[in-house]
Amino acid sequence: MPILEVKQLTKIFGQDARKGLTLLEQGWSKEKIAKEAKLTVGVNQADFHINEGEIFVIMGLSGSGKSTLVRLLNRLIDPTAGRILFRGQDVVKMNAEELRQFRRKNIGMVFQKFGLFPHRTVLGNAEYGLEVQGVDKKKRRELAQQALELVGLGGWENHRPDQLSGGMQQRVGLARGLANDPDVLLMDEAFSALDPLIRKDMQQELLELQDRVKKTIVFITHDLDEALRIGDRIALMKDGVIVQIGTPEEILIQPANKYVERFVEDVDLSKVLTAAHVMKQPEMIRPERGPRVALQLMRDSGVSSLYVTDKEMKLLGVITADDAARAIKEQQSITDVMRREIPQVRPDVLLNELFELMAESHLPLAVVDERDRLKGIVIKGAVLSALAGNAVPEGGLA
Amino acid sequence: MNIPKLPLGRMVEKLEEWLTLYFGPVFDFIHSVIGGMVVGIETLLTFLPSLVVILLITALAYWIGKWRLGLFALIGLLLIDNLGLWGPSMQSLALVLASSVLAVLIGVPIGILCAQSGKARNIITPVLDFMQTMPAFVYLLPAVSFFSLGVVPGVIASIIFAIPPTIRLTNLGIRQVSEELVEAADAFGSTPKQKLFKLQLPIAMPTIMAGINQTIMLSLSMVVISSMIGAQGVGAYVYRAVSQAKTGAGFEAGLAIVVLAILLDRLTQNVLKIKHK
Repeated sequence: MPILEVKQLTKIFGQDARKGLTLLEQGWSKEKIAKEAKLTVGVNQADFHINEGEIFVIMGLSGSGKSTLVRLLNRLIDPTAGRILFRGQDVVKMNAEELRQFRRKNIGMVFQKFGLFPHRTVLGNAEYGLEVQGVDKKKRRELAQQALELVGLGGWENHRPDQLSGGMQQRVGLARGLANDPDVLLMDEAFSALDPLIRKDMQQELLELQDRVKKTIVFITHDLDEALRIGDRIALMKDGVIVQIGTPEEILIQPANKYVERFVEDVDLSKVLTAAHVMKQPEMIRPERGPRVALQLMRDSGVSSLYVTDKEMKLLGVITADDAARAIKEQQSITDVMRREIPQVRPDVLLNELFELMAESHLPLAVVDERDRLKGIVIKGAVLSALAGNAVPEGGLA
Repeated sequence: MNIPKLPLGRMVEKLEEWLTLYFGPVFDFIHSVIGGMVVGIETLLTFLPSLVVILLITALAYWIGKWRLGLFALIGLLLIDNLGLWGPSMQSLALVLASSVLAVLIGVPIGILCAQSGKARNIITPVLDFMQTMPAFVYLLPAVSFFSLGVVPGVIASIIFAIPPTIRLTNLGIRQVSEELVEAADAFGSTPKQKLFKLQLPIAMPTIMAGINQTIMLSLSMVVISSMIGAQGVGAYVYRAVSQAKTGAGFEAGLAIVVLAILLDRLTQNVLKIKHK
């Protein structure tokens, strides 16, 4: 169920914006309208929906209209035409008071340059949204405090924003956005002003935070790596138009047109694809079935080793054909001879982090989830093939 | 071609007559308010013995500007007292304070209006230019005809002359609040009033204070001019000394004004810093 539905949303800047609308309908290009009608098309008939609880990334280069688009969503900029439905209610039609309530209760925002109030303390910033709602002091302090702790800023309440590093300042921005518990959080290039390393940390933390608070997040960025890393779905913008909407994989593997293709061609796939994308189904056996069955299974499926798992699919070890033969000869069980030292990775580990592990081991990597259950294995060939840009092996696409 | 001279001067005089005729009661009301205010402040300053007032002001100066300003206030004010200029200096101070307070009360809201409406700013800016560049003597005359001689037309003239910096810098201070902060206030659902009081005014405050400081200095510079239309005070001493070519007396009275000026300037400049200590 979409929480936000955007229909034919258009913003034209200039004196006679309505005229520009007619021109757009007649199929004039953005350049032509700019040149001949002296109007700037910010966003051109955007159509999309955002699902409850997803991270929706709007990505584009500067001037693509992404910042305008996000400001249309909470009407910091009023649209020229189109509709924005929040749970079925048209935001465009709201009067000043309804809009204020919508901004107070339903939609928060985090800004590129943090937008922190320099004359207020960290706590004073975090509680701002609640303060303007008229929440009483004790209650709002408590909620703001919780929000600060959520972003890891407990203990910094009484500092001024300018005493904090960039990363910490943006945490304050995030806490302020979260304190009044909105349904949707707009993040306008929220991490773009941060150093690359801090930025990565913040992306990771945002994902972890999202797991806990389950907000719907609309994230604006010009950085494709960032979009691919955090987006559940990505909308790619160019010249005010949404060129493609899809999951990161769809954008990478099936670019909608030449523009998207050019955009994504330089992407380092090893920083985007994860173990889950390239892993394949392993051959498995339970220990109680014995070495003879193991050997037979290997012969039948043409492999030289089997992964040993228990009833819950928990990975116990790996047994090779030599091990199985030895067990038969020496009358031992699978658990006696299997190797327990297997390189393991989680499904969400990026390919570029797998290289070293793969180089050190001649066995395929075992992909296990947080409860040690075997999900698949990664062999060298599959990684190379994925990096070469070939579509990912069977079942790899999420 | 010979174009006849425009009767601009005559028109202004007609307007003045018309205003005096129909708005007399309004001017009378303003007269009694401002007159009462000046007398009130003056009484407050001269009610206690001069030494007590000097100590009180010194304490204030010490609190705001530490021992340096405190010491200056003590020596400077004792000097004024010693020269026998205490009474007139306090009269002048009352005039300056009354016009400054009124200028701020009128100027800050107008500045806010300018900041929030481009239209208001476009109308008010040229008016301010006019007020600042028109020689102050020129509007002493209508002030006298509306409010008769004395301190009240002096206050009015001082307000007109001194109010522009407060309006301009209030406008500037609010407009300088960064776009992103204003967006942030809006994005969290602030009403325009909340935005003004929780964000724009606090951030603009140093700039507004600079404007108020300028307003006080300008109204102090009107002290001598006001004395030409009968405002009492140390300005009158200067004026008299100049017209009688008494260099020594002129220097003494001028020095009293300088002491007041430096004191007022430092006090208003530093008043904001207290909060941050």
